[in-house]
Amino acid sequence: MATYDFLFDGLGLRAWCGEKGSSDGPMTMAELLARKKTGGAEDGFALDSIWNLPFPSLDELNRACAQFARTRDMTKSVENSFLGIKDGLKAVLDPLTQPLSWLLEGALYLFAATPWWLMIFFLATLAYVASRSVRLMAFVAGALLFLAFIDHYDYAMQTLSIIFVCAFLCVLLGVPIGIAMSRSDRMQRLMIPVLDMLQTLPTFVYLIPLIFLFSVTEPKLYGIAIILYAIVPVVRLTDLGIRLVDQEVIEAADAFGMTKRQKLFGVQIPLALPNIMAGVNQTIMMSLAMVVIASLVSAPGLGVLVLRGIRNLELGVGLVAGLGIVLLAVILDRVTKAALARVNASTSVGRH
Amino acid sequence: MPKEISISIRNLYKVFGAAPQDAMKHVLDGMSKSELMESHGHVLGLRDINVDMHAGDITVIMGLSGSGKSTLIRHVNRLIEPTAGEIWVDGENVLEFGEDRLRQMRRMQMSMVFQHFALLPHRTVLQNTGMAQAVRGEGRAGYEKAAHEWLERVGLKGQGHQYPHQLSGGMKQRVGISRALTSNAPIMLMDEAFSALDPLIRTDMQDLLLELQQELRKTIVFISHDLDEALKLADHLVILKDGIVIQQGEPQEILLNPNDPYIVDFISDINRARVLRARSIMTPAEKAGHVIVSGEVDAEDTLETIISRSNGDTGHSYTVMGDGKPIGVLDMKTLVRALVPSGAANDGMRKRAT
Repeated sequence: MATYDFLFDGLGLRAWCGEKGSSDGPMTMAELLARKKTGGAEDGFALDSIWNLPFPSLDELNRACAQFARTRDMTKSVENSFLGIKDGLKAVLDPLTQPLSWLLEGALYLFAATPWWLMIFFLATLAYVASRSVRLMAFVAGALLFLAFIDHYDYAMQTLSIIFVCAFLCVLLGVPIGIAMSRSDRMQRLMIPVLDMLQTLPTFVYLIPLIFLFSVTEPKLYGIAIILYAIVPVVRLTDLGIRLVDQEVIEAADAFGMTKRQKLFGVQIPLALPNIMAGVNQTIMMSLAMVVIASLVSAPGLGVLVLRGIRNLELGVGLVAGLGIVLLAVILDRVTKAALARVNASTSVGRH
Repeated sequence: MPKEISISIRNLYKVFGAAPQDAMKHVLDGMSKSELMESHGHVLGLRDINVDMHAGDITVIMGLSGSGKSTLIRHVNRLIEPTAGEIWVDGENVLEFGEDRLRQMRRMQMSMVFQHFALLPHRTVLQNTGMAQAVRGEGRAGYEKAAHEWLERVGLKGQGHQYPHQLSGGMKQRVGISRALTSNAPIMLMDEAFSALDPLIRTDMQDLLLELQQELRKTIVFISHDLDEALKLADHLVILKDGIVIQQGEPQEILLNPNDPYIVDFISDINRARVLRARSIMTPAEKAGHVIVSGEVDAEDTLETIISRSNGDTGHSYTVMGDGKPIGVLDMKTLVRALVPSGAANDGMRKRAT
C-alpha cells in the first residue's frame, strides 16, 4: 500500500499503472534507512495522519504507480542523455579547444623555463609599464622574491601563467561579444541570461560536465572552466561601456558621416575604454579565484597546495599557499587598477 | 530679391511610437497631438512642416522645449527619419538617398554644431577641429593648416594641443564652430549651439557667428529657444509650437504683425527698440508726401539708435537711407507707437484713444 494509491484507483488508472509499484533495482539509501526505522514494514509510508502526508514526488508516486520513474532513474537518464551526446560534442569541441591546451602548456613551459631572475625582472618591468609607478614595481618585485624565498615560486608562476593565458583569451573573446551586444538589442536579450547563468552557476558545477568531455590530463579542461567563469565581467562592461557613450557624441559622429567602423574604433571603444578596463580587472580577479578551484581538476599552481592542506589537514601548507594567492591577487589588482587609472586620465581628465 | 532655395522641407510629419504609419492615418484625419497620445500612445513630433531655407541665409527655428525644433533639424541630415514628407537639399530628395549617398552628403555638404559641443574627449582640439576631414580619410597633414586657420579665427590660436576638458564652455563651443567651419561644408546645422553658454559669452558667440557669416555666406539652420537670439541672428524666422509652424517670415515682419496669440505673448517681453529697424516701420517714400525732415538715418539703424539721435524729441522726422538713396520717411511719433507691442497697439491703445 502506498499513500497515493487512492489517486490512481480513483481516476481508474490502475490498469495503466500496472500491478504494483515496482522496486526493481537496488534500493536507495533513503529507502534503506526508512525501512530500518519502521521495522521493515513494506507499507511504512501509509497515510496515518495528515501531518505525515508525503509530497507527491516522483519516488512517492512510483510507489503507487509503476509508470512513474523514480528520481534516481531521472538523474540517471540525464546522465545517459549527456553521455549520449558526449561523443558528438567531444568530436566538435576537442579540435576547437585544442589551441587552448597548447597555449596553456606553452605558457606553463615558458614560465617554468625562464630563469627566476629574468622572470621577476620581466614581471616587475611589466608592472611599471602598466602603472608608471616605481613603488608598485618595487612591491611586485618584493612579493615575487618573497614567494621565491619560501619556495613557492614555481607554484606561483604556474598560477600566473594560467591566469595570463585565460584572461587574455577572455578579453580576446569577451570584447567582441560585448560589442555585438551593444549593437543589437536582440543579441543583448539573448546573452544576458547566458551571462547570468555563467555568473551564478556554482563553480564546481562547471567542472562536472567538463570532466566527462575532456580528459583530466588535458589543460584545456580547467582552461575552459576558468574562461567560462571569468569572461562574464569583460563582456558585460564592454556592452555597458559602449551603451553609455554620450549620445550627443555619437550623433556628432553620425552627423559628420562616420562609417560604423570609424565610429566603433574612433569613438565608441576609446570612450568605453575605462569601463572595458574595469571589466578586464574583474576578469583577471575571477580567473585567479577559479584557478584555485580548478586545482580539483589538475590545474597546477598554488591551488594544489591549498587542496593538499585540506585533504591532508596540513594547516601550514594550506595557509601559506593561501597567503601566496592573496599576494598574487594584490599584485594583479593593483597593477590593473593603476593601468585603469591611467586610461581614465587620458580620456576624461586628460594627458598633460 | 529671390535667393536660391538650399533646403526645402515639404509636408513633413514625424510620429514617434511603435507603429507610426498607422498613427499617421489618424493624424491625416485631423487628430490632435493630445488625442493621438491618449488614444494611440503615439507622440506627434512634427505636423505638416513646410519651410524653405535660402542659400546664404540664417534660418532660425524657434520654439520652446518640446516644440519639435531639435527633431526638425535632425531631419535635414536624416539623423531622424521622417514618417511622411519630403526633404530637398540643393535639388535632391534626401529621403531617396541610400546609405552611401547619405554619408557622402553628411561628409561634404553639411556640418553640425551641438548644444553640449559633442567634442571627442580623447582627441586634442586640433584633431577635433579636423574631425570632418579625418572622417573623409585625410591625414593630419591634410587638415592641419585649415584647422589652425579656423581656430585662430574663432579666437583659439595656439590651443590646438589641448584637450576639450581643459577648455571652458565658451571655448569648447568655439572648437565646435571651428570644426564645422573646417569641414568647409556649405550648410551648417546649429542645434541650440549657444544655449548652454553664459549670457555674456552667448552674446560674444552670436557676434562671432554674424561676423563670420558676413564673409562666408553659409546656409545656416539655427535652433533656439531664445527669442532675442532668434531675432538677432535670423534672416528667416520659423516659429514652432507643438510640432506645428505657427508663423514664419522675416523677423521684423513677425514682430510687427504676429498672427497668433502665442507669438504675441512671446514677443511682449522683448526690447523692441533694440530689435526693430528703421526700414520696417518707415513710411515708404512714395506715400510719404512732403515732410520737413531733420536728418538722415540708415535703413538698418535700430530704433534705439534713432531715439538717442533725436534726444527723445518726438517732433522730428528723418529720411531713411538705403544703399545711399532715400527710401522712406520715419517720424518719431510712428517710432514711439512701434515700441508698444502690436497686440496692444492695434486693439487696446487705439480703441481707448478714439
